[in-house]
Amino acid sequence: MSDTVSARAAGGTHEVGGGEAGPQRHSNWEAVIGIECHVELKTETKMFCGCRNEFGGEPNTKVCPVCLALPGALPVANHAAIEHMISAGLAFDAEIPAFSKFDRKNYFYPDMPKDYQISQYDMPLTVGGAVRYWLEDGTVKECRLTRIHLEEDTGKSTHAGSGDGRIAGSTYSLVDFNRAGVPLMECVSEPEIHSADEAVGYLEALRRTLQQIGVSDVKMEEGSLRCDANVSIRPAGSKELGTKTEIKNMNSFRSVYRAIESEIERQISLVEAGERIVQETRGWDEVRGVTHSMRSKEQAHDYRYFPDPDLVPLEVERVDVDRLRAELPELPIARFERYTKELGLDVKQATQLIDNLPLATYFDAVVKANNNPKQSTNFVLGDLSRLANETETPVHESPVTPQHVAELITLVEAKTINSKIAKDLVERMWRGEGSPKAIVEREGLAQTSDPTAIVAFIEEVLTANEKSVTDYKAGKTNVMGFLVGQVMKASKGKADPQLVNQLMKQKLES
Amino acid sequence: MEITERSAAHIARDVNGGTISAREVTDAVLAHIDAVDGDVGSYLTVLHEHARAAAARVDERVKAGEKLPLAGVPLAVKDNMCLTGTRTTAGSKILERWQAPYTATAVERMIEAGAIPVGKANMDEFAMGSSCENSALGVTKNPYDLSRVPGGSSGGSAAAVAAFEAAIGMGSDTGGSIREPGAFCNLVGFKPTYGRVSRYGLIAFASSLDQIGPLTRTVEDAAIAYEAMAGWDRMDSTSIKRYVEPVSRELRTDLRGLKIGIVKEFDTKALGAETHAVYEQAYRDLQALGAELVDVTLPTADYGLATYYLIAPAECSSNLARFDGVRYGLRVEGADVNEMYEKTRAAGFGPEVKRRILIGTYALSSGYYDAYYVRAQKARTLIADDFRKAFASCDLIAAPATSSPAFQFNAKSDPYSMYLMDYYTIPMSLAGLPALSVPCGWVTPPGGDCEMPMGLQLTSPLFTESLLLGAAHAYEQKTKHASKHKPLLGEVPVHRG
Repeated sequence: MSDTVSARAAGGTHEVGGGEAGPQRHSNWEAVIGIECHVELKTETKMFCGCRNEFGGEPNTKVCPVCLALPGALPVANHAAIEHMISAGLAFDAEIPAFSKFDRKNYFYPDMPKDYQISQYDMPLTVGGAVRYWLEDGTVKECRLTRIHLEEDTGKSTHAGSGDGRIAGSTYSLVDFNRAGVPLMECVSEPEIHSADEAVGYLEALRRTLQQIGVSDVKMEEGSLRCDANVSIRPAGSKELGTKTEIKNMNSFRSVYRAIESEIERQISLVEAGERIVQETRGWDEVRGVTHSMRSKEQAHDYRYFPDPDLVPLEVERVDVDRLRAELPELPIARFERYTKELGLDVKQATQLIDNLPLATYFDAVVKANNNPKQSTNFVLGDLSRLANETETPVHESPVTPQHVAELITLVEAKTINSKIAKDLVERMWRGEGSPKAIVEREGLAQTSDPTAIVAFIEEVLTANEKSVTDYKAGKTNVMGFLVGQVMKASKGKADPQLVNQLMKQKLES
Repeated sequence: MEITERSAAHIARDVNGGTISAREVTDAVLAHIDAVDGDVGSYLTVLHEHARAAAARVDERVKAGEKLPLAGVPLAVKDNMCLTGTRTTAGSKILERWQAPYTATAVERMIEAGAIPVGKANMDEFAMGSSCENSALGVTKNPYDLSRVPGGSSGGSAAAVAAFEAAIGMGSDTGGSIREPGAFCNLVGFKPTYGRVSRYGLIAFASSLDQIGPLTRTVEDAAIAYEAMAGWDRMDSTSIKRYVEPVSRELRTDLRGLKIGIVKEFDTKALGAETHAVYEQAYRDLQALGAELVDVTLPTADYGLATYYLIAPAECSSNLARFDGVRYGLRVEGADVNEMYEKTRAAGFGPEVKRRILIGTYALSSGYYDAYYVRAQKARTLIADDFRKAFASCDLIAAPATSSPAFQFNAKSDPYSMYLMDYYTIPMSLAGLPALSVPCGWVTPPGGDCEMPMGLQLTSPLFTESLLLGAAHAYEQKTKHASKHKPLLGEVPVHRG
């Protein structure tokens, strides 16, 4: 969530890249962006062996003959990962073909044990689909997916002796294979994203969805979500694609936002100065806030894909797809549309709930019990969330049940209690005092709407505050507030404030 | 009968019956290996201590009342199969000093059944070859004529069993690597249906073709070994979840009621009069056992060799990528990682391995993939279809195992003439069929001075190992070709005939 907030803050001030001329210059150009994500799937074991799939650990402690590619070792596909892929595909409305297979992608790399990666080439587990996402202003957008496929992660290299951890100038390298063979989902978008805001919106939707359907932790800081962006620009209105650059090394959504902004600015400046964009891979420099060229000549890799003869083709059963579809929870985009369109929440409130699923579930329970989304939002995102922050206890783990909140809202709606009492009650419920209705009944906290009783309080207050009465009559009408306050105090907060106001005015002006 | 010359069935019966211990058998075999292996060269590593320890464990199990199908049976393990704590080289310099930290499933099952691994047997490097001459680590000779090759790639396992240095040899067959050395060394060489025996722990050459199987002196031993090693393994996704029927107890002694197909395209006349006569006699013997001979046609079989030499190199080019000097095996340092790869692989792989990696890399390259790899896969499907059609009119197919008996060292100097050695065995491999070679007679090769064994190849539909072994048993029991000559060990080969 912090990523979201900071990325948007950066966007709001346009502190990056070419500076203040940005928004105007953007209007002559359209950016075209495609995003490629790698997502580590959350499974007990690795993709093709029985080693634990866990982040971290002492180097080379979560390894076996299979994930070290010892001579003679063979892969066996992890069915949990395959099911996760199908769930992800269904969440993005992709087609799930009945038949799929694994292919070998051949290239040499020291942290890739077999020197080929088991991946999926022409028959991935899911085909097509789209990510629907929303922007800060509530606009819902859609970006189609080129493909989602399943593969295995590599190990991690550490280069020593170069001072900066880079391979250039290093004297030796160490490889940790704990990550080698972790199931990895590759998700490639169509180039249908047109701004850094949209890129972040897309990524947030992707992350929320994968996290909420339970297929990945999607943590950028632990590398379970990694992304690259392909960026190009073209004159606004043009249909042709410009020369693209691939941006790497973005370690947070804020980085993604800043890197894309910076790269768009760089490309516009180049083109407007009459220069050409070079197709290349560029690295994002977080400190300097610019992208820099990493590889200008793209190595023309020939991966020599062919079906992996060690793995049998996958036949996906319709019943399994139907079961996985039925098991999907309400998806973030559906929740967003329900909250904003049906329940009238604003974008910020809806997003806040969606990014805190236990709170959203709690909120839904409150709404279900009292059918008052506005008051439910006020209490859940207002008083209860404030108390949660103060006490560092999540709302759903507090003693306050959704039924209690619903009861409280009913008391307010029926004007049985006023908002002041309601606030007090929330605090008391948070401390574990239970049903608000019970407290109100036990302690006689019900709002006094009996005019006779209120007039009695008013007369009492006016008698005690003769000076204020004189002031009022002399035209200092602002003492009214003080006098009403005194009546509320005298009634121990129970008097109906509106009625007090009305009757007080009558009394003073009579 | 010398202990070492006894069949596996015989040894297991005696060890289970307590008339001899596994330790005594093992000692006898180890002593024999020490005496003859200097001449034969079957083994790259002799497992003296390992074998004695294994024998002690078998004796304890037998003493505890267990009946083990392979109790105390000395086993030669081809050196492309992992066995914990033993050097496992695949006949290559790149793995010359590599110690396996785990055991292949098939080897494990043999040990579980009571077999005693006595040595790791020589082989063509990464199982690529038909003579054992491609081993980077040793020379193996044919025990029936030390001037001749034992065949390959499972030549070490074959020579070991032929020279009584083991009762069972474990081989792997990709295009004929069990059947051809079996034929050359007067043995039964049996390749089960692809998927019957787990490949886990078998150093891959061509994954879609590799299959482990036994080399034995009798069909009964082949059946016992097969029963022990076959069966589904969760570690190998291509292994088949299918019941392995007990085959060794009901091996048939006639061929009544069976139709045996003789392949029209496999005309043996071109193989020379003597060889032709051997196969003609073999077919007549099948008939005499009650089989009805029928003509069958395998019109695409002639494309087998070309198909095989695209698919197998393609797979091997990828399978052998892992030998990169990073994690294990040979490493030759370089200025950077790419130079290290290049120097390591240049020094570690022999010429035949390099040739196949190059062919395979080429066949999978973009622009060539459709023309080579994809077409080869289509041809493979057609070849399998041909067999299916042929089996509509017969139960088994009989064919030569090889086009000649064992040849002399350096006789096949160009790669293609070596590839032709697998002409008759490759189509069955491409179709995944169970196939075996069984001794079928002797011929004196041109320029040779003693008779050398020939093999009859029998093949049958997928998963019909029981039928196949039964037919081979009937044929073996009637003809008894194997017992005509004994290997000549520690002697100069003399003229026989």
